[in-house]
Amino acid sequence: MSGKEPCPLVVVRPSRGIVDEKFVVLVQNLPPGLAVTVHALIHSEDDDFWEAFGHYISDDRGCVNVAKDGSIGGSYDGVKPMGLLWSMKPIPGSRPGLRLRKKDVHTPLVVNISVYQGHMNERFKDTPALACAVAERWYKGPGVQRVGITTNGLKGTLFLPPGAGPFPGLLDLWGGGGGLVEYRSALLASHGYVSLALDYMTPKTSGNNTQHVGNDYFEAAFRLLQEHPQVCADRIALLGLSFGTSVALGMAVYSPVIKPKCLVSVSGSHVMPVNGSLSDVFAEIKKNAHNTRHDEENRIIWRDLLLPIPDDPSKKVDVGQIQCPVLLLVGEDDQNWPASESAEDMRQMMEKAGNSHLLTIASYPGTGHLIEPPYSPHIRASNFMVAQSRTKVIVLWGGQTVPHSKAQEDAWQKTLVFLEDHLYGIKHR
Amino acid sequence: MILRSYCILAQKTARLLVSGRHQLPTCIRLRSANSLAVRPVLSVQPTRALVDEKFQIVVRNLFPKQEVTVHSLHHSDDKDSWEAFGHYISDDNGTVTVMEDASTGGTYTGTEPMGLLWSLRPIPGSRHGLRLRKRNVLSPMVVNISVYKGLMNQGFSEEAPLATVVTERWYLAPGVQRVDIREQGVIGTLFIPPGPGPFPAVLDIWGGGGGLVEYRAALLASHGFVALALEFLSPNKKRTLDIETGYFEMAYHILQSLPQVSSDRVAVLGLSFGASVTLTLAAYSKTAKPRCCVCISGSHVYPVNKTLFEYFQLINQSLANSRFDENNHLILRDVILPIPTEPDLKVDVGKIKCPLLLVIAQDDQSWATVESTEDMEQIMERSGNRHLLTVLSYPDAGHLIEPPYTPHIRFSYFINPHNKDKVMMLWGGQPKPHADAQEDAWEKILRFLHKHLYQDIPPANKL
Repeated sequence: MSGKEPCPLVVVRPSRGIVDEKFVVLVQNLPPGLAVTVHALIHSEDDDFWEAFGHYISDDRGCVNVAKDGSIGGSYDGVKPMGLLWSMKPIPGSRPGLRLRKKDVHTPLVVNISVYQGHMNERFKDTPALACAVAERWYKGPGVQRVGITTNGLKGTLFLPPGAGPFPGLLDLWGGGGGLVEYRSALLASHGYVSLALDYMTPKTSGNNTQHVGNDYFEAAFRLLQEHPQVCADRIALLGLSFGTSVALGMAVYSPVIKPKCLVSVSGSHVMPVNGSLSDVFAEIKKNAHNTRHDEENRIIWRDLLLPIPDDPSKKVDVGQIQCPVLLLVGEDDQNWPASESAEDMRQMMEKAGNSHLLTIASYPGTGHLIEPPYSPHIRASNFMVAQSRTKVIVLWGGQTVPHSKAQEDAWQKTLVFLEDHLYGIKHR
Repeated sequence: MILRSYCILAQKTARLLVSGRHQLPTCIRLRSANSLAVRPVLSVQPTRALVDEKFQIVVRNLFPKQEVTVHSLHHSDDKDSWEAFGHYISDDNGTVTVMEDASTGGTYTGTEPMGLLWSLRPIPGSRHGLRLRKRNVLSPMVVNISVYKGLMNQGFSEEAPLATVVTERWYLAPGVQRVDIREQGVIGTLFIPPGPGPFPAVLDIWGGGGGLVEYRAALLASHGFVALALEFLSPNKKRTLDIETGYFEMAYHILQSLPQVSSDRVAVLGLSFGASVTLTLAAYSKTAKPRCCVCISGSHVYPVNKTLFEYFQLINQSLANSRFDENNHLILRDVILPIPTEPDLKVDVGKIKCPLLLVIAQDDQSWATVESTEDMEQIMERSGNRHLLTVLSYPDAGHLIEPPYTPHIRFSYFINPHNKDKVMMLWGGQPKPHADAQEDAWEKILRFLHKHLYQDIPPANKL
């Protein structure tokens, strides 16, 4: 290698970012007018590889600036500063139905950014790159503390911002997939909220009995936040995605204990037996199991399980009784849950009841069910483990990559502004 | 007056069984009100950055026209605590934007986006003569940024801040490899950027303090250069001073021969004594042919035919020329004055054939770099290679021109590698001009290295 021209330079700023921060990717020291491919690669915790890439031509100074130049091909096109992240898909030959989810928030997502000669679409693994850089993407900001929660029969993880506080709190409820999903709570704590990620779908099994948690489980979680010395007891929000929304809305209306300051619903519905336990909810949904459809690739479409939206007031949460501001984030191509129809019905109920001034709906065309933090790769369908029967299926979530990714960015921004408004009292002009 | 009550806190804490790190409630608040007074929101962006990147600190949700103190705190690798702070008044929206607003008091004044770093100083009660140097580059410098009510000048550890954030400052970018070098008698640490290479390279030579100082080489590697930080004058060894120029030539050769290095794109960067070594290599070496050189706070006054040991003996003999200031700090600058006229007492910079960047501080109390630079300019003018020279000269800056935002040190303890004496050395400079010099010099050094080792494009810092 002696005497050779030095390689081009790839620079990422910031090189260590929080996942909702934008970055700038710059390539320098190329010959001018050179066709190149800028490529991003993640090796996931599950040992899969995800990639995205854009096609560029270096300018007359031998530079490519991904934040300013337009990609003319690849997994995204146009001027898309963050396309190298949100357009990621599993590399060819990967197992089907994957979803990219970070389990360990103590470590970052490590993104390898490389530049290749020419406009390539495949075989990146077998081709030597011209140059590389490494970017870290963190869910957890410096100083954020992670605390496992096992008190009072609860199973969850608490994330605390740095400093003494007190801080507003947040109960973070994921969907029917179950498990303990921490990354969104870590991210919210990095924005100044004590956030409790709660595992509630894992049933308790004793003998032949499988029991889902009762409503007192959520009340215990809420109380844990209220009583935490670093939480402002009267400034706790509920955030639910998918099935988590049903839980959140039900608790907000019917629980004598849970009084959220505000509520964020992502891809959720109010359709569920009034004041029912989780078990009641599942039983009701099962009644509609014949409404399950499949797409042309035999992927499950579950949205009709809750349709049509019932008129019977005992079958949906009476959102006319909600007393706190509500933000509904809805994907119009949601194939898993009838979020759009539910949002419309909720609006009508609240207008009739006279509390619709509390309601904000952000509805996103071309957007599917899994509205995740910004720049998360869009997942149109993925493997899903049905908690009760322990069967593995492929579920269609919906959405097209470009509009869905735009929606994730906007929805997160709206969520942060909404939470700051109601929990910190910061009005955004 | 804030009422303080611990009892309810203790009860609630006892009921809370947590695994993982134990949460000690350090905050005190009026629980009976059970309602939150509006709390400020403090943000720093980016939260994790390279040490030469600027950050943006914003405090929101204060009352309008509220007086606050923004404070930084760092616990060093040497277990000392350093702090800085600025006094601010929020605007009509209750916002303080450190990048735009002026501090009216504290360790810095005026609009200083990075004042919370470069004006860091040891907290009251610290040991004397400290210098802030990161030893372990594999971990970041962690800085706590807090906002306090009112305009405070002391007692920060006894007062509960309104809000705190934590920021990390890294010398090492992700993907940069750190490799120990023990080869052919050369001891050093190599830093290699990620990727296939080959890369241009920099041989990084520090000053008479000795030891193995890695952070600048780590930072250079984070900018796309293979960098070798070199150890010499190790305070741990018994007899370390019979190193000759051959040692540095061997180091250069090792660096140049690496498969990841473009062998004809190697630079030498030296500070203080390291700058003298750099000039010697550039002028006389038959084997080391750097593509360009950077000399920071250095001089060409150096006995060219002597070993390091003999050189330091000479210095020690001429210590008779050195003075102490009114605080008993050693001023070493006059030791090489007047600039000698004998040719074997200074490097013949007229022989240098590569671009040379000299960075000097006009208040350098440690070495007569201003006079040396004048003399070097004259020599090069006479020899016809003056066009290779660029001089950056900074008023009121001191000897220790470090990477940007490094706290200015006007004096610190220094261990004489020859006789192991400990003295308080005066480096010179004033905080604000010295900080400006560090920021400007680093940007120009990177641009100089990029120009001569890559091609003439501005480095990414200026995006």
